[in-house]
Amino acid sequence: MARELWEGNEAIAEAAVRAGVEAYFGYPITPQTEILEYMSRRMPELGRVFVQAESEPATVNMVYGAACTGARVMTSSSSPGISLMQEGLSYIAGTEVPVVLVDVMRGGPGLGNIAPSQGDYAQICHGGGHGDYHPIVLAPASIQEAVNLVPVAFELAHKYLTICAILIDGSIGQMREPVNLPEMQPVVRKDYDWATTGAIGRPRRVLSSIYLDVPTEEKVNLRILSRWKQAEANEIRYREYYLDDAEYVIIGFGTAGRVALSSVRAARAQGIKVGLFRPISVNPYPYKRVEELCKQAKSFLVVEMNTGQMLKDVQRAVKSRVPIRFYGRLGGVVPFPDEITHEVQEMVKNPSRPDDEPADLWFQRMMTR
Amino acid sequence: MVTTAIVNPENLVYARPRGLTETPSHYCPGCTHGTAHRLVAEVMEEMNVLDRAIGIAPVGCAVFAYNYIDTDFVEAAHGRAPAMATGIKRVLPDRIVFAYQGDGDLASIGMAEIVHAAARGENITVIFINNAIYGMTGGQMAPTTLPGMKTTSSPNGRDVESQGFPIRMAEMLATLDGTGYCVRRSLHDPANIRKAKKAIRTAFETQLHGLGFSMVELLSTCNTGWGMTPVEALSWLEEHMIPAFPLGDYKVALSVAALKI
Repeated sequence: MARELWEGNEAIAEAAVRAGVEAYFGYPITPQTEILEYMSRRMPELGRVFVQAESEPATVNMVYGAACTGARVMTSSSSPGISLMQEGLSYIAGTEVPVVLVDVMRGGPGLGNIAPSQGDYAQICHGGGHGDYHPIVLAPASIQEAVNLVPVAFELAHKYLTICAILIDGSIGQMREPVNLPEMQPVVRKDYDWATTGAIGRPRRVLSSIYLDVPTEEKVNLRILSRWKQAEANEIRYREYYLDDAEYVIIGFGTAGRVALSSVRAARAQGIKVGLFRPISVNPYPYKRVEELCKQAKSFLVVEMNTGQMLKDVQRAVKSRVPIRFYGRLGGVVPFPDEITHEVQEMVKNPSRPDDEPADLWFQRMMTR
Repeated sequence: MVTTAIVNPENLVYARPRGLTETPSHYCPGCTHGTAHRLVAEVMEEMNVLDRAIGIAPVGCAVFAYNYIDTDFVEAAHGRAPAMATGIKRVLPDRIVFAYQGDGDLASIGMAEIVHAAARGENITVIFINNAIYGMTGGQMAPTTLPGMKTTSSPNGRDVESQGFPIRMAEMLATLDGTGYCVRRSLHDPANIRKAKKAIRTAFETQLHGLGFSMVELLSTCNTGWGMTPVEALSWLEEHMIPAFPLGDYKVALSVAALKI
């Protein structure tokens, strides 16, 4: 199929359509509203389900109900809306039903703004709703990569009976790039042995996240955890750039990782042997690969559009074996490549110690600049 | 007469409907949830839709409705049953989808979900149990608690100056164009229970014929939460709740009336 110019949000929506999404529920919020708008015309055209809900709590519970039928269902929102969905996401996780969620992050906290941000990494990957659960989170850095990950997200959600989130920011959502969209796949609703579809010719089924019997609830938690352990073992995704001979390694996901690639090229032109490691599955996180990179890296530079939320995952893998420098921009500011190139130069010139706290040193630099 | 003669099939006038499981009830003795469950089960059995019905249980005393009503079930978050019902019904439009909700669930935390499900004309049926109190959490003030009524969170009686007024849901939802059928009935005596059953039948028929949102509000007792005997509670319902929540048909769309249930 020919390369076409697509807006990120709309390309993700069309990719979901082609991956066989049967039902989409959403609520307007910038910078993801184009997904809702696109689905509002595309889904009825194909005889599929589209509902603009009255709120994000209603949205996520419509998704929850639809997921209980075993259909491929999805919703999308942006940071404040995702916060409102957390209750429902916890129920979805506790009921062990598959849902695809697109989070187009914007500046925060609070109402914040509508600029690109990565401030919700911790919420999506390590926090969110109440109770013990782990969504799978994929963080593309381009529209093409997002389009490629949409069918993967549905497959993972249904394979692991979990939430699979596609985590992007407003810039990936709203910029336009040439993309190859995949072929249209037919809608296939699997005849799951857990789906509540009406007890025609079979014993009735109940889907619930309530287990008043405490030992049973513990067993359910362990069952959810064991599926997560399988995801941790099998679903690690990342991309590496210029790492073969790299002495310094930048780590960044999504847009921050993409901007950092320009800095890698600029720094290499200056003779610095630097490469880029870009996690795509940010949950489960590629800890092992980061650990391996400690053998070749003199130092890491972690770049994020937040205060160092993924940095904690990097630190967990590096375990103070190698110094880490951190550079973050906040509140919707996207770093320029020059800024990151400067950080690379500083990392080479003034190496920090392995036991330095990178986020603290960064904070001091930010407050005195 | 020996016992065996009494239980001969020809002497039996009352049995467990096929739509109810054999699970012993967790409801307090005297509670009208059991009556409401039975009516819903009887209606679905009579309509022969048990095997294609999907229920949505609420948060509240009826959280375990799925233990008793013998259909597929999902268990919603507090107040979100109409949203969950929407998701299921839209994906499976030929199934019968019903939500069973209490007053705290439907008229307080879930107000937005019920209003918008009705406004969209979702082809779902809602059984709304109004007993003027939060039963499961131990008798707190509900959005339907009567003025002056004592609860554990209005110990001096509901003071309308600071705690506002009860909400009449059937009347409110009847104003919405998406509502096909919306009535209030009571479960305090056999005559009213029979009327309630007919209304539940009409509500399910409304859904079956795709005529829009349907809701039956059932005035119910919570003798434990009200601090009364079961019999006192039934009398109190008749004397105090019916004047505040008048029984009646608040919306019967012409298309629903034409069904002549």
